[in-house]
Amino acid sequence: MDRKLANEEALKRLQDSEVYLVGAGKAIDVVPGMKKNLILHAGPPITWDRMCGPMQGAVIGALIYEGMAADEASARKLAASGEIEFEPNHHHNAVCPMAGVMSASMPVFIMENKKYGNFAYTNMNEGLGKCLRFGAFSESVVERLHWMEDNMYPIIKEAVELSGGIDWKALVIQALQMGDDCHNRNRAATAMFAKMIGQYLSKVSVSKEEISKVFEFINGNEHFTINITMAMCKAITDAAHNIEGSTIVTAMCRNGVDFGIRISGLGDEWFTAPANTPKGLFFPGFTQDDANPDIGDSTITETTGIGGFAMAGAPAIVAFVGGTYKDAVKFTQEMYEITGAENKNFKIPTLDFRGTPTGIDMVKVLETGLVPRINTGMAHKDPGVGQVGAGLVTAPMDCFKKAARFMVEKGLNK
Amino acid sequence: MKRVNDIFGKELKVLNIGLEQFCEDLKDQNVTAVQMDWRPPAGGDSEAADLLAALLG
Repeated sequence: MDRKLANEEALKRLQDSEVYLVGAGKAIDVVPGMKKNLILHAGPPITWDRMCGPMQGAVIGALIYEGMAADEASARKLAASGEIEFEPNHHHNAVCPMAGVMSASMPVFIMENKKYGNFAYTNMNEGLGKCLRFGAFSESVVERLHWMEDNMYPIIKEAVELSGGIDWKALVIQALQMGDDCHNRNRAATAMFAKMIGQYLSKVSVSKEEISKVFEFINGNEHFTINITMAMCKAITDAAHNIEGSTIVTAMCRNGVDFGIRISGLGDEWFTAPANTPKGLFFPGFTQDDANPDIGDSTITETTGIGGFAMAGAPAIVAFVGGTYKDAVKFTQEMYEITGAENKNFKIPTLDFRGTPTGIDMVKVLETGLVPRINTGMAHKDPGVGQVGAGLVTAPMDCFKKAARFMVEKGLNK
Repeated sequence: MKRVNDIFGKELKVLNIGLEQFCEDLKDQNVTAVQMDWRPPAGGDSEAADLLAALLG
């Protein structure tokens, strides 16, 4: 198909998708291809020996959580033995933040793209600081994962089912009007979710105390909804993938070592380059030297036209990721130069309700020399520590050059 | 040469391309200056320019 027409179709799908939170389940039961000895991770493919500290930490924690290892040493031995398989979340219609580790027993949210009929999955958010997704695996981290599986998940699952499904795109549209970028600021989205799910939680047939604990957990973590928003974005971008001739980016993700992109017209090929290290604000006691290179599947938000691309509409985010509001406006404005559309649904109130820059076109990235700008959480480079701050980072230009070279060499640009 | 020198006898209105600091310095001296938002094609990256030429035929 002609590149212009192919890109128009991809941009249409990115904007016309209607995504709902429709349920929850155990990964082993609902995530396509999931099995007991499989660990899913963030970013493009990577082997155990090349994984960064926080990803190895998260794998160690997951093996302990699954009861497959008793401690760090036995978990490391098992991970290196070849008995455990490692694959990207993206190969299983899933996305998860930071280390992005998903194992068989973990509860996941289920998203349905009702317009195009595809599904996406994500795990449930643990909070900030010492969490598995930032590479921590202490007893308290594993205990919380078990509480989420045994206590929180059944209640949330029933509440979501009672709701009949939640229109997540409508929730994100509204959150963008309320000062969220829906990547590193999720305060409005989480407040709206708590309000919506609250009425159904109260109808779940368990004790008030149990319901109260779940509500407090959701309400006490302003980033609770980031995973769900990411899965919405995955359901949207998957619908725009595999359009012959299209040069629109349909995935950007990082495993803490490599940054990878996929292009709609180039199939399931990953185009990778070394991940940059974010710069930003650090929690007390940590410095730039502690930061791991860029990690996580959460750049699916920028791929969909929110997150860093909508920072101009989230002035308060600079208090979390650093920089000034002027910078945030500049970042969003720059992204219009490398995208194909102004989103007809996601709007930026502070830019006179201009649609967010949506649909990164690799041709425009090469033409302008501008690369996608991303805001992100930062993990400590060593396993077992956790989150150290949040900041700003860019995608490496080499990913886009490699994709262009592949398209030419395979004759897919004809 | 004389005609070029003439402009320094008039009020200067400057369109600056390139380093933004030049524009800011002129503004600090109360000279009317506008910064043009311009970058060389492919950001000045010849490898990217070659890839684009091959890609777009």
